[in-house]
Amino acid sequence: MAAAVFQGFGASTALSLSKSFDSKRVKLPFGRSLSERRASFVVVGSDGRVVLDSSRARKLVTNAVATKGDSAAATSASKPGHELLLFEALQEGLEEEMERDPLVCVMGEDVGHYGGSYKVTKGLATKYGDLRVLDTPIAENSFTGMGIGAAMTGLRPIVEGMNMGFLLLAYNQISNNCGMLHYTSGGQFKIPIVIRGPGGVGRQLGAEHSQRLESYFQSIPGIQMVACSTPYNAKGLMKAAIRSDNPVILFEHVLLYNLKERIPDEEYVLSLEEAEMVRPGEHVTILTYSRMRYHVMQAAKTLVNKGYDPEVIDIRSLKPFDLYTIGNSVKKTHRVLIVEECMRTGGIGASLTAAINENFHDYLDAPIVCLSSQDVPTPYAGTLEEWTVVQPGQIVTAVEQLCK
Amino acid sequence: MSAAFPSVHAVCRPGSFAGEKRGPPPAAASGKLASGFLGSAWKLRFGALPARRRGSSSVVVAVSDVVKEKKPKRSSSSSSDLLITKEEGLELYEDMVLGRTFEDMCAQMYYRGKMFGFVHLYNGQEAVSTGFIKLLKQEDCVLGHYRDHVHALSKGVSARAVMSELFGKTTGCCRGQGGSMHMFSKEHNLLGGFAFIGEGIPIATGAAFTSKYRREVLKEADCDHVTVAFFGDGTCNNGQFYECLNMAALWKLPIVFVVENNLWAIGMSHLRATSDPQIWKKGPAFGMPGVHVDGMDVLKVREVAKEAIGRARRGEGPTLVECETYRFRGHSLADPDELRDPAEKAHYAARDPIVALKKYILESNLASEAELKAIDKKIDEIIEDAVEFADASPIPPRSQLLENVFADPKGFGIGPDGRYRCEDPKFTEGTAHV
Repeated sequence: MAAAVFQGFGASTALSLSKSFDSKRVKLPFGRSLSERRASFVVVGSDGRVVLDSSRARKLVTNAVATKGDSAAATSASKPGHELLLFEALQEGLEEEMERDPLVCVMGEDVGHYGGSYKVTKGLATKYGDLRVLDTPIAENSFTGMGIGAAMTGLRPIVEGMNMGFLLLAYNQISNNCGMLHYTSGGQFKIPIVIRGPGGVGRQLGAEHSQRLESYFQSIPGIQMVACSTPYNAKGLMKAAIRSDNPVILFEHVLLYNLKERIPDEEYVLSLEEAEMVRPGEHVTILTYSRMRYHVMQAAKTLVNKGYDPEVIDIRSLKPFDLYTIGNSVKKTHRVLIVEECMRTGGIGASLTAAINENFHDYLDAPIVCLSSQDVPTPYAGTLEEWTVVQPGQIVTAVEQLCK
Repeated sequence: MSAAFPSVHAVCRPGSFAGEKRGPPPAAASGKLASGFLGSAWKLRFGALPARRRGSSSVVVAVSDVVKEKKPKRSSSSSSDLLITKEEGLELYEDMVLGRTFEDMCAQMYYRGKMFGFVHLYNGQEAVSTGFIKLLKQEDCVLGHYRDHVHALSKGVSARAVMSELFGKTTGCCRGQGGSMHMFSKEHNLLGGFAFIGEGIPIATGAAFTSKYRREVLKEADCDHVTVAFFGDGTCNNGQFYECLNMAALWKLPIVFVVENNLWAIGMSHLRATSDPQIWKKGPAFGMPGVHVDGMDVLKVREVAKEAIGRARRGEGPTLVECETYRFRGHSLADPDELRDPAEKAHYAARDPIVALKKYILESNLASEAELKAIDKKIDEIIEDAVEFADASPIPPRSQLLENVFADPKGFGIGPDGRYRCEDPKFTEGTAHV
């Protein structure tokens, strides 16, 4: 991923407002009204926050697409915050949470001395010791189960799948015990665990290391799934996932670890359930997440040049969907394009299509179009691999068709 | 570690049986094991692997000095070396009778249509649950498998709560959401109830990890909690078993792995499934003691358990204990149990652990027949009460359906109106579609 992300500007300016807002929401018990949320929600910023005035929303448009001159100013070095890569943002979030809560610990293959296969846990073993940053044997089902047992008895473990695909070997633990045990125990045991790791189609890594597992995990009851796509949301989602009492699967993408972005110096935590408005627009709603966000934004440039005004939303929460943000967009544009890297059959896009049809059918002026990756094992050869996932050109064509 | 277990074998009481005779020269051991240990399937064993058998046995004896019967000194059963006090004896007796009576009542209730699904009864194996769990503190964790009612009872979960769970009532220990194979009690640190083979072992390993973490990371010096994981012979051919033996030994976790070897994995004989059927030998292979004990003798189980739990509590690491036991009923109440050899069943029926303990108590003059009868009566009343309680308890209301899916119900997400969906009255009513 060559494209840097330009969105730090809106993030830091909206910070103080959203912080108090977030904390208010976190404390709300089951059953209490969240009317303030409805009242204040005009636009969700690219950082997942409430943006109250429309002039700021305009600014976000330009930031997100990075085509207009003023976006450069937004990312200049004089701005507050600090610049880091996505894997460093994850590490920063992790480290902050470990600092804050001694019950937070990490386990997985090579997370300790080696620092993690993508360096997300770099330096943590030195700082926190081998028990808090536990290098495990290569036994995915067992160390994942061990994380769950530790979570049941009071710890807050983060289990790293060295590659998300390896977690197929832990599927039973993730499904039966992570997902269902809170329910079968009648609510007695909580499983505050985060399962995370690199996934998605990389650069010719071969079928097993290039899996799109969202579809596999989404049917498990009792689990939340989020996908990060920028350093800013990576850190904020990591922290939110660690603090959640629910088991959370955090999807990272192998090709996004080196994305650079300026993020606030102040502490922030994002909502696990909210989508992120990347680029407000009028003509069509494009729902995407993870790496495909960048293919969409690349296509958006072309589309803007061709006179289209697409609205781009990074759904971020793969389960559950943020039906408010999505719905508002559908009600505005009346057209939906979903762009995902997930498998076509039974994928996130399929679920999203169903959810939109069920909830917002009356607002649709055209059938929903869903661009997914092909239902094939990810091929090794570069050309074949490229044809497996959705490319920007396809997105442009799809929007043109949809807006005819 | 080497000093720990030999003492176990000095405590065998009269009427001990082949299961704990190990350590003698390999050839002799094989012969004796075949006749007593492992029931009727011995034929297959000799037919299949005579040469290898001998070879591997000798290796094990060399490796595992902890399980050697160093001095089988048989001081005759004079009352001076009684294995238990009266109170202990009565506690064990009561717990075993509770387990047996409870399970017998389950069978009745199942056939009367009061409970459904797969119900696996523990009859015959009581010495294992009682022998281990009665030595534990409330803070210690226990994990069982799908044959878990009696583990729950031994750990202190009330018969009412377990029976109600089986009846699918709100007063059940899991509000009727778990069922026979998923018994949990946070209060008693019963961590399940796992219905798939082997999946509870990693969870148990995690609970033991927490104990170590609390002691070494959180510096809670007084945290000496132990986790005991129960599973069967069939599980010992599953990868999670080996993966966790490795991790537990590697990190010296305070855990005891207890194999309830009842010789049968539904219809699969242990000997047809396992290349080397002596499961305890897998302990030394991972650097932890492996012990084989007569699982039909609660006193022997208890002695081994004491050592193993003590080791774990002292931070000396895990132990693998193989208890040779037998289930007196079919795999589940849906199993007609036609496969197992009647002679094998009779052999083990004659070694009923409750009868054996009763005999010991009476012969050692620990208690009178009348005292034991009083316990029987008390348990009968407890079980009757449990059934009445469960029967009278309310069934779960619709409103319960969507509770406990998420610990934080925000996990249901944000609805089209911008509010968290869990705030919708339909969620409280349990009528929302999720």
